[in-house]
Amino acid sequence: MTSEGVTSPHAELEARARLGRWLVMSTVAGSGAGHVGGPLSAMDLLVALYFRVLDVRVEEPAWADRDRFILSKGHSAIGLYAVMAQRGYFPIAELATFDKGDSRLQGHPDMTRLPGLDASTGSLGQGLAVGVGIALGARLRGRDFRTYVMLGDGECQEGMVWESVQVAARYRLGNLIAIVDHNGLQQYGWPLGDEPDARGDRSEPFPGDTLRGIFDGFGWRVLEVDGHDFEAIISACADAGEAAAGSRPTVILARTIKGRGLSFTEGRHAWHARVPTADELEAARLELGIDASGQPE
Amino acid sequence: MRPLRETWGETLAELGETNPDILVLDGDLATSTKADIFARRHPERFLEMGIAEQNMVGVAAGLATMGYIPWLSSFAVFLTHRALDQVRLVVAQPHANVKIGAGYGGLLTGLTGKTHQDVQDLAIMRAMPGMTVLAPGDEIECAAMTRWATEFDGPVYLRLTRDPAPVLFDVAYRFEPGRVHQLRDGSDVLLISTGPQTSRCLAAAVLLEATGVSAGVLHVPSIKPVDAHAIVAAVGRSSLVVSVEEHSVIGGLGGLIAEILTTHLPRHLVRIGLEDCWGESAPNDFLLEKHGLTAARVADRVRLELQDTPTRRKA
Repeated sequence: MTSEGVTSPHAELEARARLGRWLVMSTVAGSGAGHVGGPLSAMDLLVALYFRVLDVRVEEPAWADRDRFILSKGHSAIGLYAVMAQRGYFPIAELATFDKGDSRLQGHPDMTRLPGLDASTGSLGQGLAVGVGIALGARLRGRDFRTYVMLGDGECQEGMVWESVQVAARYRLGNLIAIVDHNGLQQYGWPLGDEPDARGDRSEPFPGDTLRGIFDGFGWRVLEVDGHDFEAIISACADAGEAAAGSRPTVILARTIKGRGLSFTEGRHAWHARVPTADELEAARLELGIDASGQPE
Repeated sequence: MRPLRETWGETLAELGETNPDILVLDGDLATSTKADIFARRHPERFLEMGIAEQNMVGVAAGLATMGYIPWLSSFAVFLTHRALDQVRLVVAQPHANVKIGAGYGGLLTGLTGKTHQDVQDLAIMRAMPGMTVLAPGDEIECAAMTRWATEFDGPVYLRLTRDPAPVLFDVAYRFEPGRVHQLRDGSDVLLISTGPQTSRCLAAAVLLEATGVSAGVLHVPSIKPVDAHAIVAAVGRSSLVVSVEEHSVIGGLGGLIAEILTTHLPRHLVRIGLEDCWGESAPNDFLLEKHGLTAARVADRVRLELQDTPTRRKA
C-alpha cells in the first residue's frame, strides 16, 4: 500500500524486491561471504526482468526460444539467485548452500552447475561478448528471442566491453539489450581529499556519467531510467525489445543506488562485500518488513 | 610439403560444404591464418570480429550455445595470451564447443619476432582443465585433426604453423586423441617431439645412426589427452630420453614427459627447446640453430649427453 492508501500497480514486484533484498542479506550472513551493495542496487532490475520482461519457462530452462539473460557483473550472483529462487528455478531453501562446497549456487555464476544460467561470469567485462555471440547466433538461426546482458558501471572500465560494443553495432544486433546497473560506486570508494584515508561515497561527478555519450558514439540506442522505478524499467525493456532485427542494439542506463533498500547500506561503498552482523541482519529484517518466518509482511 | 595453416583453411572450407554449423571468426588476420580460404567459399559463415580477440572468444562461446561450431582464426599468442582469461572463463570452464585455430604457433613465424612467437602455448593450454591440445606434425595429420576437432563436442586448441612441414604420414592416417606414433625404432636414445619438429628429429636420428648411435623417434601430436602408458612403453630400455620442441623447455612437451617419467619410469631426460627465454625476429635457420632444434644440433646434443655419462648406455 502506498501512503495514499492506493494499491501500487507494482505491489507484487515491490514485495518480491523486499524479499529479494532480505534473501541477499540473510544468505550472505549465513554463508559468511558474498556481496551486498551490487545485488541490492540491481534487485529492482532483476525482479522486473524475471517477473515482467523475460520470456522464459522455469520448467524448461533450456527452451530454445527463451529470452537470454547474462549477469555480466557476476559478483552480484546472490542477487540473481534470490530472484531466480522466487521465480521457481530452485527452492528458496537452497540459497543456504550459497558459496558452500558442491553448491549449484557458486559465488560467481556457473552455467555448468545451475540450469537457467546462459553464461558463466565473474571476471568482469566478459558477459556482453557472450551476449553478442548469442544474439548473432539467434540472427543466423532465424530465432526471435531477445538477449539481455546486465553490466555494472564500474565493469565498463574493462576495455573488452568496448570491443563487444563495437561489434554489436557493426552487426546491427537490435535483438541485444545491455542494461547498466549505474550505481556510481565501486569496491574502494572514491578519494574525497588529499589524506589517504579520505575515501568515501561520492558518486558524482564520475567518469561513468559519460556512458550515454560513449554508447551513443558507438552507434547504440541509449535509454535512461531510474533503476528503482518498476514502471520505467518495464517500459524501457519493452521499448528496447521491440527493436527489430537489423536495427541498433540498445543500452538501458539504469541509475541506481548501491546498497538500495536499507538505510545503513544505501550509498555506502563499504557494503560492497561486507557480511552483516546479527544486529545488522535484524535491523535489515525490520526495515524490509520481513516477518520472523522470512516472509514479507 | 605444405604449411599447416593452408591445410587447415582448406579442410575447414571443405567441411563447410556439408556442415552448415561451422563458423569461422577472424581477428582480421585471415590472409595470414588462411581462414580466407573458408571466407571465399562460405562468406555468410565467415564472421569478421576485427582486431579484438577477447571479444571474439566471448562471441564464439555465445555462438556455441546456439549449436554452432565456431573456429577462431588468429595468431596463437593473441588467443592464448591476450585472450587467456576469456578462454578460461567462457570456453574451458563451461566446456564450450569452441575450436581455437592457433596460427603461427611456435618459433617460425616469418620474421615477426618476440611478440608473435608463441613458445608457451602448450604449457598454458595443457594446464587448462577440459582443454584438448593438439600439435599436428604434417598436413595429413593437420587435416585429420581439423576434421576430428570439428566433430568433437568440446574445446580444442589446434597449434598451426606458418611454414611448410615435410610429410610424415600417408593418407591412411587416422587421428585418435592421445595416441602417440613411434616413427623410428632405436635402442640408445628416444627422441620425443611434437608438431613439425618431428621431421627434424627423424633427420637427427639418421645422422646419429651414421655415427653408431641407435635413436628412436616418438611423435606426440596429442599433448592432451596423452597415452602415458604408450610413452612409457616406447621409452623401454633406452637410458636416455630427449624431448625436442619449438616451445619453452618449461611446461610443454618436455614438462609433460618429465611428469610421466618421474611417475612411471625414471630416466635421464634432456629437454631441448627455448631455455626460458624469448624469441626474436630472424630467419628460420638462425632460430632453429640458436635454440638447438636443427637435426645436426639435436644429434650433437644426444652424442654429448651419451659421452658425458657413458654408463647410461649400459643401464
